[in-house]
Amino acid sequence: MNEIAPFEQFSEATADSCARAPIGLLAELTHRCPLQCPYCSNPLELDRVNQELTTAEWQDVMRQAADLGILQIHLSGGEPTVRKDLEQIVEVAAKAGLYTNLITAGVTLTRDRLKALQDLGLDHVQLSIQDVDDANAEKISAYKGGLEKKRELGKWVREFSMPLTVNAPIHRHNIENLPNIINFAVELGADRIEVANIQYYAWALKNRASLMPTRAQVLRSAEIVEEAKERLKGVLVFDFVVPDYYAKTPKPCMGGWGKGIINVTPQGRVLPCHASEQIPGLEFDNVKSKRLADIWLNGQAFNKYRGTSWMKEPCKSCPKAELDFGGCRCQAMAFTGDATNTDPACKFSPHHAEFVAAAERESANPNPPAFVYRRLGGAKSGAETE
Amino acid sequence: MTTTTAQRTRTIITEASLPALPNHIKLRHDAGRGRWHVLAPERVFEPDEIAVEILKRCDGATPVSAIAGVLSKEYNAPLSDILADTISMLQELADKGVVKA
Repeated sequence: MNEIAPFEQFSEATADSCARAPIGLLAELTHRCPLQCPYCSNPLELDRVNQELTTAEWQDVMRQAADLGILQIHLSGGEPTVRKDLEQIVEVAAKAGLYTNLITAGVTLTRDRLKALQDLGLDHVQLSIQDVDDANAEKISAYKGGLEKKRELGKWVREFSMPLTVNAPIHRHNIENLPNIINFAVELGADRIEVANIQYYAWALKNRASLMPTRAQVLRSAEIVEEAKERLKGVLVFDFVVPDYYAKTPKPCMGGWGKGIINVTPQGRVLPCHASEQIPGLEFDNVKSKRLADIWLNGQAFNKYRGTSWMKEPCKSCPKAELDFGGCRCQAMAFTGDATNTDPACKFSPHHAEFVAAAERESANPNPPAFVYRRLGGAKSGAETE
Repeated sequence: MTTTTAQRTRTIITEASLPALPNHIKLRHDAGRGRWHVLAPERVFEPDEIAVEILKRCDGATPVSAIAGVLSKEYNAPLSDILADTISMLQELADKGVVKA
């Protein structure tokens, strides 16, 4: 090798070698959360506190994850900081060599606790925001004064020189504020922003008619992101998640089923994706009764849609089968009633026109329905909440 | 130029820059997969062989020109080419927040 190889090869990990073990583990430490955002990715049936794994069980999950070859741990929820033993879990994860990422709404974390977490080895903080308008943020989260607390957390993160990502879920009630949301991230001192259009599963699917932006709004937001990306090069790294209702090709969901990501729920169930519990016919193992490696390699739920052999047409003969893996199984299930169907976000899906029409119809409604807030039992009531 | 993670100006890489990995970016060898990874927030990169050689030398004390000098000898390639490639790679990584200088 005489010449320097093309540097473009410095790419994000997608190689087959990674299929041996997941790259990341999403640890949903709890479903408890002081916020009630109507697009929450947690399932409609929330785990209760007395079902949650113990400290020792979570610590064991961290050690097993490192042994398996997992590189990054995303400590999520619900709100992970409501667990009083978060420090003990982070400590074990960091000692095991895992890259630790705290995904928080930032309203329950104190300065002392953040410092303690940093000292124990926490690598990164991801802070979610609902909007940069106080009243609107309160309406979306059903929580008062959240934005001020997030600003405060931002100050502490800067003070401790920790890396910060702002996660901004985008929908019809805040999409017009996108430029201000980006400015907020810059002012807060974030290194990275996720402009994440809502993905419509679980609570978000239940609230889709209240949340869906118009196609014109989405196109405009993409332009805003493109412009800001260029202007803020080297200052703020952008991740733009497009809403797949207006896409022509599906996203490679989870980077492929059972390929890169593993998810552990508060009660210890191990899922290929956080929304997969809604798919019938999948058997989910629990870390209380099986080893993580065994579940990843041999679990029925992981093998059911791994690779491409489960596919039928039009996926089966599609040249992109190995690139997008037919899109999202959960979305195929939710919209078409069959998880082996092509994701309706794909233009080759017979359900695509209907899928797009739903988004266009709902987003055009000038009076969208009230939110069904995310709370225990909230999905059953289905009624507008106070 | 800036050392805090929340840098508000773009870092421009020159041959005099002293590149380093910020604390939250980790170059780690993965024995199980037999390769190197760069761990970053919500990202994992797979650097190729040359990128690994460059990143290993990003210690905040070695200028880009010296890193390129070593590689030029190691790979028996013209210094000017290596220097240009090294700068362009480090600039790209700085823009992604993987390298500071």
